[in-house]
Amino acid sequence: MRRLHPAVTALAMVTYLFLYIPLVAVAIFSVNATRYGLSWKGFTMQWYTKLIHNEVILNAAWNSLVLAVVSTIIATILGTALAIGMDRFPWPKKTRTTLDLILHLPVVVPDIIFAAALVVAFGLLRMISSLFQPGLLNMIIGHITFQVSFVALVVRSRLVSIGRDVEEAARDLFADTPYLLRRVMVPLLIPGIVAGAMLAFTLSLDDFVISFFTAGPDSVTLPLYIFAAVRRGVTPQIHALSTLVLLVTVSLIIGMERLTRK
Amino acid sequence: MTRFLIWYGELTTQRRLLTRGLQFLGVGMLWILLFLVLPGLVLVVVSFVTRGSYGQLEWTFTIENYKRLLGFSVFGWTPDYIVILWRSVWVAFVTSVIAVVLSYPLCFFICSRPERTRYLWLMLVIIPFWTNMVIRTYAWFLILAPEFPLARLAHFLGFIPANTPLYPNAFAVYIGMVTIFLPFVAMPLYASVERLDWSLVEAAQDLYASKVRVFFQAILPQTIPGLSVGIILTFVPAMGMFVVPDLLGGAKYMLVGNLIEQQFGASRDWPFGAAVSMGLMLLTMVSLYLYRKRHREMQLV
Repeated sequence: MRRLHPAVTALAMVTYLFLYIPLVAVAIFSVNATRYGLSWKGFTMQWYTKLIHNEVILNAAWNSLVLAVVSTIIATILGTALAIGMDRFPWPKKTRTTLDLILHLPVVVPDIIFAAALVVAFGLLRMISSLFQPGLLNMIIGHITFQVSFVALVVRSRLVSIGRDVEEAARDLFADTPYLLRRVMVPLLIPGIVAGAMLAFTLSLDDFVISFFTAGPDSVTLPLYIFAAVRRGVTPQIHALSTLVLLVTVSLIIGMERLTRK
Repeated sequence: MTRFLIWYGELTTQRRLLTRGLQFLGVGMLWILLFLVLPGLVLVVVSFVTRGSYGQLEWTFTIENYKRLLGFSVFGWTPDYIVILWRSVWVAFVTSVIAVVLSYPLCFFICSRPERTRYLWLMLVIIPFWTNMVIRTYAWFLILAPEFPLARLAHFLGFIPANTPLYPNAFAVYIGMVTIFLPFVAMPLYASVERLDWSLVEAAQDLYASKVRVFFQAILPQTIPGLSVGIILTFVPAMGMFVVPDLLGGAKYMLVGNLIEQQFGASRDWPFGAAVSMGLMLLTMVSLYLYRKRHREMQLV
């Protein structure tokens, strides 16, 4: 590899600092003993222990988890089926283009517009049924909608890369569709399905906008809680919570990388 | 008459095959149609109706919301909303430019690392990409606090009064936006820089090209694929960004995302909010169209 101009290295370092200084500051102030102000008053873990006793935060963490797990499970099943359906059947060219367009919609539509559309749609549905009060159900529906596309796209690329030889061999040996799925396709697709599911899970945990528009008073998630709290003013407890969220994110990414790199 | 065909080892008919295909993709497609396409169409309809005095929808059709977006009201014409739309485009543009300018040195640096540590440096770009936007935005509250050098410097230069934080203002919005979107540019750009054919760069240097010329004629054209993905991944979501301007810009530097949120939140004016969303959708579609057009031209060259 060629040598870099020192200015390039310097700029790259500045950029890394730019990305990480805010996050490091959050972590540092999460163990700072003072409640107000930004002066260093010694190390403490009290903000972390206080988190465990905060009902509201525990509830928000629980909501985030339920939302992410439920929406990921449903989105993974739907997305995988969608990918197989699109890749393994002889759709006419026009149909395929239309299907492709619909599949990419959740990826290209700005999330705030999608969120606004959901607000209006659920608002109108509420006239028919009280089931669609702002809350966890609406959030799950919203999350699945954008997750499905991402799962389908990841699984589809795996479908393309494994090719169809093994499937054809199975068919030649008179495997029926359920058997083919269970014994041939799913085992071959598993890395893609897992990668898609982890992507969907991270997207759900990370989402703010869709949740913000569809959440009710009882379904506050961690990002929503942090947002509301910092608008009132930052506290060391929020720093502690954010640091924990950060650590979870980092371990998820490392896990995801380990799985997909193999 | 049924015509049998062999489809990858299976004896079947066209119709049976497609019925099965439909079973596979039916639910997923229906889900997207039901919860994205249909609500989208409803949003279009709602942008043409009237807001009742309690914020409810009244089904009398009008183009009043769009006229209001363009600045016409009973009090005459004001450019307020157009300014917000234009500002969103401008912020998205500046964010993309800064992110690109910072991403090049970053990617070249990562590529120059030895095999062992290169992945680690790349990982350091991926982590912020996946870290929650709210956390990454509010983290700037600390750095821009009055006690820290940045705010002190701004005070020293006379930009802000003493003991005030360096937010909310336009500067903080740009800082926040660049932090959020930098990895969106750097990650696809890295993929291109990694595959760079250095013999072309060497050839240019052998022919005594200036450094600027080496970059624009030997490096830039090779990195266009990654660069254009990065720009589109930044520009489109940046226009509709809502968290960063809300936390770091406040009322002082409102973007279209905040305007939409306001209509669906505090103001409870869904029809106008829907009209603003259509405005943003139009901007998105125009930029995607321009991107595709330019992209095609570039491929021709």
